[in-house]
Amino acid sequence: MLYLNHISKTFNPGTVNQRAALSKLSLHLKPEDFATVIGSNGAGKSTMLNAVAGSFYVDTGSIVLDGQDITFQPEHKRSQVIGRLFQDPLKGTAPNMTIEENLALAFLRSANKKAPFSRINKRDKEFFAQRLKLLDMGLEDRMGHPVGLLSGGQRQALTLLMATLVTPKLLLLDEHTAALDPVTAAKVLKLTQDIVAQYKITCLMVTHNMNQALMVGNRTLMMADGKIVLDVAGQERAGLTVNDLLNSFKAGTGRDLDNDRILLSE
Amino acid sequence: MLLITQTALELGFQYALVAMALFLSYRILDIADLTTDGAFVLGAAVSVTLTGLGHPLLAIPAAMVAGGCAGFVTAVLQTRLGVPSILAGIVTNFGLYTVNLMVMGWRSNASLIINRDVSIFNLASQLGFLGQWSNLALSAAITVVAGAVLFLFLGTRLGLSIRATGDNRDMVRASSVNPTITITVGLCISNALTALSGAVVGQAQRSVDINLGTGIVVIGLACLIIGESMLGRRTILKGVIAVMVGSIIYRFIYAVVLFTKVVPVDCLKLITAALVALAIAFPTIKGWGQFQLRKLNWHKHIQPAGGKENR
Repeated sequence: MLYLNHISKTFNPGTVNQRAALSKLSLHLKPEDFATVIGSNGAGKSTMLNAVAGSFYVDTGSIVLDGQDITFQPEHKRSQVIGRLFQDPLKGTAPNMTIEENLALAFLRSANKKAPFSRINKRDKEFFAQRLKLLDMGLEDRMGHPVGLLSGGQRQALTLLMATLVTPKLLLLDEHTAALDPVTAAKVLKLTQDIVAQYKITCLMVTHNMNQALMVGNRTLMMADGKIVLDVAGQERAGLTVNDLLNSFKAGTGRDLDNDRILLSE
Repeated sequence: MLLITQTALELGFQYALVAMALFLSYRILDIADLTTDGAFVLGAAVSVTLTGLGHPLLAIPAAMVAGGCAGFVTAVLQTRLGVPSILAGIVTNFGLYTVNLMVMGWRSNASLIINRDVSIFNLASQLGFLGQWSNLALSAAITVVAGAVLFLFLGTRLGLSIRATGDNRDMVRASSVNPTITITVGLCISNALTALSGAVVGQAQRSVDINLGTGIVVIGLACLIIGESMLGRRTILKGVIAVMVGSIIYRFIYAVVLFTKVVPVDCLKLITAALVALAIAFPTIKGWGQFQLRKLNWHKHIQPAGGKENR
């Protein structure tokens, strides 16, 4: 489904702030893979997601999604088939527009909803309401309210719905539950797992929670210095504990994992 | 008094289109578009020139297209060529000075003295049944129709994309919409509206001067702010109506000052500028005031631990 072939990215080249964020990283995700990504501070987790989403173009290497080379495709083109959630719940929605209008924008990714002068019709509204019901937050009764009035958890759940309203080929989750309180975070994570399973979406999820990295999805990736240093799935993954992960990080990189947020989370 | 009211209403509706354009660029797209001054004169120049040639009706859409082109230049400068958005407007505005002279036949003003009886306002009064109110009725009709079209447009998918671009640009990209396109379309429409205002004003006063548009962007902002303080700015419909209300109130104040000479008319620009600056600065000033109050109360009631030792 997704092939990253030896991609590299160096920020601020030729200056004192030069930093190699990705160095010849390669990854292959099979269809319906749900991979969690974990790693130390500055390992390049978010950079990898940004490279796939098209926030910048990679310096070397290529990115192929579903047989199509998207290496030089601009971000707004890629977003037609890639859904994305950020850690900040405010990033994914337009606060001064209503829930309904936000959903209508997300619905633009659907091929037959492109006519620029068409309006939201009754069938669209019914479809939106039906999908909002799945969130079980009562949002279907508040479709005319501005999104700015919703809580962070509600906004993140809405963003999740928007990212998957038109089933994407790939879903990128960048610590999308990290800024939420534990109860809401669990709920949003559950929703994520349900939606990904129901629509059979291929998914990459960055997390700082070691248990989550092992329990959620079917595959765990560990990153360090802009590379993937550990890639486990299936039987091997099922037998792993958090301590095993820490040890294998040390074995792979020759040093201790230094992500304080990882170590402090339960 | 009737004359004051009538003049204020007429001018209010005519200039409301500038405020409407700023509502689109400044409020919705969140871009301070300084093309406005030049686009206004461009609209007036195209309109008066074409009317002088005997085409008062054609003059209106032609002026709008010209204004749209001006907006397009500003948009390309800032979206494709990396010119900072405020500078892009200033550069286009500066260039428009020459374009405007050119449109007026390389003179600094043009008028309809020879062709006195040709203009859309003459056409309206020839309808007969409007009497002395025909100028007002036509001005109001043009502005209300423009406002209605803008309101309907902002509810379409393209309109929603434009609104989201000003609200959360990251989210627009994630919805497979190219913000470059939405900004370009938005600025074209906004400057077309400004030019429409110039076109109507030009035909109403039967003349255009190269300096007609100086400061029109500040006056437009004043109208926008006055209207919003009256009606609030929660919804698009309110916003569109607010610019008309604001513009009429502004022109009413202007007319009163003009007739009664409470303050010299020449001072009005300074007063307007001060009002606009104050209104935009209001949230900051309010925040600063609240903070100072908090500090004051804090020292009155609470002696922080260790506070005495410092004395």
